[in-house]
Amino acid sequence: MRSLGAVVAVLSLAFWGCEKKAAPAPAPTKAPEVAAAPAESDTILIGEVGSLTGSEAAFGISTKNGIALAVEEANAAGGVKGKKLEVRVYDDQSKPEEAANATTRLITQDKVKVVLGEVASSNSLAMAPIAQEKKVPMITPSSTNPKVTEVGDYIFRVCFIDPFQGFVMAKYARDELKFGKVAILKDVKSAYSVGLAEVFERKFTEMGGKIVATESYSKGDSDFRAQLTALKKQKAEGIYVPGYYNDVGIIARQAKELGVKAVMMGGDGWDSDKLFELGGAAVEGAFVSNHYSAEDPSPVVQNFITKYKAKFGSVPDSLAALGYDSAQVAIEAMKRAPDLSGPALRDAIAQTKDFQGVAGKISLDDKRNAVKPAVVLKVKDGKFAYVATVNP
Amino acid sequence: MLRSLTPVAIAIAVLALVQVLLNTFEMEFVSVLAMKVGISVILAVSLNIINGMTGQFSIGHAGFMAVGAYTASALTLTLADYRLSFLPPALSDQVYFVLALLVGGAAAALAGFLVGLPSLRLRGDYLAIVTLGFGEIIRVVVQNSPSLGGSLGLNNVPGYTTVAMVWFWAFVVVLLAFRLSQSPHGRALWAIREDEVAAEAMGVDTTGYKVRAFVVSSFFAGVAGGLFTHYLRIATPAKFDFMLSMEVVVMVVAGGLGSTTGAATAAIFLTLLPEGLRTLFRSVGPEDGSWADKVDQVRMPIYGLLLVIIMLTRPQGIFGRHEVWDRWLKPKKKPVPA
Amino acid sequence: MYGFLQHVINGLAAGTIYALVALGYTMVYGVLKLINFAHGDVMMVGVYVGYAVAFLLGRDSLGSTGSVLLIFAASMAACALLGFLIERFAYRPLREKPRLTALITAIGISFALSYGFQLDAQVNVRGTQVTLLPGAAARAFPEIITPVEWLNIGDGEVVIWNRQVISFLIAIGLMVGLQYLVFRTRFGRAMRAVSFDHRVAALLGIPVDRVIAMTFMLGSSLAAAAGLLYAIKDTSVQPLMGLYVGLKAFVAAVIGGIGHVPGALVGALALGLCEEFVVGYTNSSWRDAVAFGFLIVVLLLRPEGLFGRVQAEKV
Repeated sequence: MRSLGAVVAVLSLAFWGCEKKAAPAPAPTKAPEVAAAPAESDTILIGEVGSLTGSEAAFGISTKNGIALAVEEANAAGGVKGKKLEVRVYDDQSKPEEAANATTRLITQDKVKVVLGEVASSNSLAMAPIAQEKKVPMITPSSTNPKVTEVGDYIFRVCFIDPFQGFVMAKYARDELKFGKVAILKDVKSAYSVGLAEVFERKFTEMGGKIVATESYSKGDSDFRAQLTALKKQKAEGIYVPGYYNDVGIIARQAKELGVKAVMMGGDGWDSDKLFELGGAAVEGAFVSNHYSAEDPSPVVQNFITKYKAKFGSVPDSLAALGYDSAQVAIEAMKRAPDLSGPALRDAIAQTKDFQGVAGKISLDDKRNAVKPAVVLKVKDGKFAYVATVNP
Repeated sequence: MLRSLTPVAIAIAVLALVQVLLNTFEMEFVSVLAMKVGISVILAVSLNIINGMTGQFSIGHAGFMAVGAYTASALTLTLADYRLSFLPPALSDQVYFVLALLVGGAAAALAGFLVGLPSLRLRGDYLAIVTLGFGEIIRVVVQNSPSLGGSLGLNNVPGYTTVAMVWFWAFVVVLLAFRLSQSPHGRALWAIREDEVAAEAMGVDTTGYKVRAFVVSSFFAGVAGGLFTHYLRIATPAKFDFMLSMEVVVMVVAGGLGSTTGAATAAIFLTLLPEGLRTLFRSVGPEDGSWADKVDQVRMPIYGLLLVIIMLTRPQGIFGRHEVWDRWLKPKKKPVPA
Repeated sequence: MYGFLQHVINGLAAGTIYALVALGYTMVYGVLKLINFAHGDVMMVGVYVGYAVAFLLGRDSLGSTGSVLLIFAASMAACALLGFLIERFAYRPLREKPRLTALITAIGISFALSYGFQLDAQVNVRGTQVTLLPGAAARAFPEIITPVEWLNIGDGEVVIWNRQVISFLIAIGLMVGLQYLVFRTRFGRAMRAVSFDHRVAALLGIPVDRVIAMTFMLGSSLAAAAGLLYAIKDTSVQPLMGLYVGLKAFVAAVIGGIGHVPGALVGALALGLCEEFVVGYTNSSWRDAVAFGFLIVVLLLRPEGLFGRVQAEKV
């Protein structure tokens, strides 16, 4: 109907000049989406979009495991409102456009109540406008770019944001490592990397340090020697590489090969065992900021690790922990909400306060972000070792 | 004039009715499918003008799609804050959208002209590689334009695309392709396809005709790009890569190089098939949906094999250069030049 | 200055790989007048074969000369077989058809291989998981040649590794060998005859099918060698690696004049250096535009390439 109006309007513009001749009655505003009519099934569908294949597959799989664990526990405890929960996962092949596609499918075809995902900020940014438009709440477990939740009031996250993460690493590099000159190598194909690099540069400069060079790559490249050679000339003490594990591993190796001696630093995108497989000895001694450390002795964390190990046979990384947290926040909100319509669920999620998640206490602020401490980890003997905690 | 406007008027009426029905019954998923299919049809039919009718093998269609997509998206994003005061907001948006699509199409057509003029002097396989190269260069240029969001692309593109809008354009391109193929202009294209040297000897300005065909094809690729980004709500350079071009090529080749209805049929079929399979596997496949997830991954290798098999068994494609109904209409149908 | 030197070394290392792949392109084009689009993907398959062999050998036995030779031999043999099969079943039936038909087929094969290898397929054989298809994620390629620093100027300012030199020497060696093969042997003479006109060659008693099949096998095993050197250089392997390397090698072959062996080497080294300088001194995201920009300029200004000869079109 709207298009008819448009076409008639265009024709009228073309034939009779652009004034007057208002098109026929305006289209009836879109049918109300509130659709509170409860689906007459005995399960509640939770949608998940994740990179199960492609360059960041390790992220998607960890997150999926975390979510599966949370849902399994919730179902064992009787489900929500007398119904069982079911997760429907779509793979986005680590591509934003596929993430958008998957979100559309989850909402229009499967009619999920809430969407969980994605890890990479670029992908979450592709999903958010769709969830917002269709008024389905979306919780991203681990997208740290601030723009994600700025899309609208249906978009939430259970992790800290990049202005904080960038600050943490800049502060650590300046105060603890005493670096004066740092170079940056960022992935221009990821919103996460670009955003984090920008924050780091600003904070580090504010603290009196100097950014001596900024180079870029695109995720999926396999030869980084040209950029590293250009960086090497600057004699930086550290190189900040806010990228994803699969590229970082290769970058570290080639840096070593070229005789780059600077200390590598990064963010939560490094967090996967694949990093050690790809990077080998070359990533030893690097520092990263992250959401949680598996060495945290608190019972919540250790309990989660035991359960996760029993089910999946590996130590959960922070993506798994955040996936678990995001599903728990969603489930808790479903329990509290009067019904499962989009607006009701949104309000319930927004009220989340002091929720004890595995990766720290979650209180959502008025910008729908979680405010949480970050940890700094050091790569030692092929795994991440805890170094320090930085509070916001 | 009246003769050429009647079908358009009928189409608009029918599409409007369909849109009203879809909105009333809230058939969101059907709408999504219909939009996807329609965009594929526009792409396939427009590429067929080059690859089928003119016999020039372009594998850079995604590049022109990108030009249109980015131009249209940038325009609607800039205009999003304004509205025509004498129209209700929704309608004003659609007016902007049509405007953006036309500008996007024009930009793509211009790109097609700039690319076509030098490269259409090349023949056969070299032309194919050069169109691929241009497609990639367009992508890299977009990637390096901070105003277009660089590699991250444009987010939050308004979701203006509607089923009626998509199918209106699909209708226009199909109608145009038919009229073109039966016009003197179209005959020149067919002549170039059959034997370029002979056509030139007969006085056909081959380069001129090829460039014009390229421009028309690019225009609709640009429109399809605009429709696509306003459906997906994001424009990223990575989407408009070689793979997307190849998907369209597969549709054209499978449908039959030179058959408009063939290309459209193949586009509909190849777009619906993965969706259908996915739904099927959800209901009958293993519980965890692993088969359904595989559908998207298996699609590309199967397209590859499909190309090989079609070339080996039926190189002219399923319909050849015939239209779907030629089998029944052949005896009496004698196209009258306009 | 040191930076510039290091850039030159990096560029030559990249160019060497393009050169080896481009040799295969050039040979096949010379004989069949076919752009073998799937060449890069055959290379990718070769790398995965090498990966599998290295994996089976185990970490401890890597690094020895024997294991390197074994990996190269297995990978090259597998690719020769693959090249043979592709030629026999996909290209040979189309030899008398328009050239475009074969090109579309080649693109189809390229797609089937590069996207087929992105699938995950594992089977369980008596308790051990056997991976049939590797999946899309990049994997670390094992260090089958133990890296040794051969040259280190100014305390790590300029570093040359053994494998860079080895790759370069292999590329030069293979090119000389190929030149000898084409111009000094019976087989080479047959190749050139087939290239000139395969119908006439057949009339003269040259076994055209066998010559073409041999050319394909030779080109494919060259690709396998190139692929392994590439994987050693960049320490990783992923299914899409063949697509772009293949395209760039094709560009290199066109720059040098397609069908011309030393031309391919010169074109490839020029391309490698050019890419390196563009990334090193400007912005990395222009890298892919360089090759295609080069290609378009060459095709528009001098379609026969730097060293090629103009051929009049037969009507």
